[in-house]
Amino acid sequence: MTEKTNRKDWYLARFADFEQSLNGEASTPVHAARQRAIARFGELGFPTGRDEEWRYTSIAELLREDFAPVYAGVDMPSEIESLLVAGLDSYVLVFVDGHYAAGLSQVEDLPAGVRVESLAASLKEGELVEGLGAATADAGDAFSELNAAFLKDGALVQVGAGVQLDKPVQLLFVASRARAAANPRVLVQVENNASATVIESYASLTPEAHWTNSVAEINVGENAHLDHYRIQDENAVAYHISALHVSEQRASNFRSTCITLGGRLTRNHVHTQLVGEGIDSTLNGLYVTEGEQHVDNHTLIEHAQPHCQSHEFYKGVLADDSTGVFRGQILVHQAAQKTDAYQANRNLLLSNRAEINTKPQLEIYADDVKCSHGATIGQLDEDAIFYLRSRGIGRANARRVLTRAFAGEVVERVQVEALRQELEERVGQRLEQVVATLE
Amino acid sequence: MLKIDNLQASIEGTAILKGINLEVKAGEIHAIMGPNGSGKSTLAQVLAGHESYEVTGGSASFLDKDLLDMGPEERAREGLFLAFQYPVEIPGVNSTYFLRTGFNEMCKHRGEEQMDAMDFLALVREKLKLVEMDESFLKRSVNEGFSGGEKKRHEVLQMAVLEPKLAILDETDSGLDIDALRIVANGVNALHSPDKAAIVVTHYQRLLEYIVPDYVHVLYKGQIVKSGGKELALELEEKGYDWVKDEAVGALA
Repeated sequence: MTEKTNRKDWYLARFADFEQSLNGEASTPVHAARQRAIARFGELGFPTGRDEEWRYTSIAELLREDFAPVYAGVDMPSEIESLLVAGLDSYVLVFVDGHYAAGLSQVEDLPAGVRVESLAASLKEGELVEGLGAATADAGDAFSELNAAFLKDGALVQVGAGVQLDKPVQLLFVASRARAAANPRVLVQVENNASATVIESYASLTPEAHWTNSVAEINVGENAHLDHYRIQDENAVAYHISALHVSEQRASNFRSTCITLGGRLTRNHVHTQLVGEGIDSTLNGLYVTEGEQHVDNHTLIEHAQPHCQSHEFYKGVLADDSTGVFRGQILVHQAAQKTDAYQANRNLLLSNRAEINTKPQLEIYADDVKCSHGATIGQLDEDAIFYLRSRGIGRANARRVLTRAFAGEVVERVQVEALRQELEERVGQRLEQVVATLE
Repeated sequence: MLKIDNLQASIEGTAILKGINLEVKAGEIHAIMGPNGSGKSTLAQVLAGHESYEVTGGSASFLDKDLLDMGPEERAREGLFLAFQYPVEIPGVNSTYFLRTGFNEMCKHRGEEQMDAMDFLALVREKLKLVEMDESFLKRSVNEGFSGGEKKRHEVLQMAVLEPKLAILDETDSGLDIDALRIVANGVNALHSPDKAAIVVTHYQRLLEYIVPDYVHVLYKGQIVKSGGKELALELEEKGYDWVKDEAVGALA
């Protein structure tokens, strides 16, 4: 307890340092928002195991480390090409320790009505960008408040009404410095009748521990479409906390794919609000863990209006001593009649020591809805292994084939061809590595 | 080709096979019949190397190698094939990929060059005709959502691709309508040759009208209690298994 109080004070002190560095900016609306956020963070403090939301995920190790928020003086790496999706023609924004790296980014020739830029550019006048912080302020989440308190940079993707963005947007966040805490913010606004694809990826250039505390706020306008990917492949000693808040308007279509391969401790919180009628919302997820990794996926799908569909499909492969948490909340408000919600969480445990806590949580206040959920936890099917072996395929190869097939069900749903191929490759390599350690 | 001597096997401590003796030579087709629970499927699984069964005694050699010393994949690479009674569904594994992976393992084992996807597809297309299967099967996950008949035809397709020396068909006829039975039997017959052998495990004589065996053995309580030519199958069909059981009880007593 004392440790956590101390750690809270430590971050409050880091905020004071940050303020010192700001000079004239300190009197702007942007900074007023930061001050409100740090005040709320101070009231909330870090969550503990007594918080129902954090029961199976301990942040004790994260709080033991002196992760310093980065707000200035970032060194630019020279080589990030290999971290981008190979062969994908896209608009690229690169961030190093949460800060925009103009020299590594490519955003030329944007179509009219489209903004793909660093938030720092938008914020430099000290004025808040409309919609920024709308979803996270007062959400009661200490990590989001901390992110807001240190808000300095991030990505802004704005697709104007009726624009079908011709290329995907890649947002690459790399951690370059040991013991750094990056607090990037992503704001995606797809206006009415527009469509876009956004790929957020997170990687480490340092082999040392670092902390990414990211927040994304997304608005999908009426009849708009957004295909959103979040790929986290940071190093095995990294800490990664993320929040994704999505507001979906009438007749919109939103697809989210959340893939976690890296990190010592990862917590992904996804909250989608279906606030209009006739929305189609999809949440897909995959996590592959080994060693002592821990991955926690927390999703909340909120149906507020009638005639919406949500489809949620998360799968996990857990090896060694790794652990996972899946909590899938679906909240159907009284007005949301004719809701059709489906949720599945399937897990493959490759060792006796690996562990997954999966908890579907349906809260339904409407009486004419279709909601179903299913959670499974299993091992590799021995009958299937024998079947493959009886066709001449060796045991190790059989395991590899089956594990890849299990994870493949998520990867094959990726709509962007180049990204799908890259993920097949990366997830495949990862699984190969995981399976190779089996007896 | 296959020599089984006093083979005994158990599952979870329960003895199922209690001393099987059988010799299968190249060019021969043997039928193994018997009532439910006599150990027919266990024999097939033990020969293929299923690890749930423990071999508690006896020996088996295949092409003069110790069969029981090999893992299932090695047996397959040596040329032994089991057509499963209940083929396993493998979601997410495409049929062509599955077939090609197995096929290439055989090539590797024989020191031959592996086949690329294009050439392999041409080979499989040819083999599909044998089992009167549509090419769309190849794009589907292994056995997933296949009907009973489709699963069995898929087993014969695998056999056609892998070209085993010894095929063991475990109740490949069960649950088939007459058309599927004919297709499966035609496939098996077409693949048979003087340098190959087959063991047909079945409960019913019907399949043996299509695949004509050289020898028929009756398995009862884990032992072969009667052997004969193809006419033995007809006799069993007429008289049922009780007749053999009575004889066997007499003999065993």
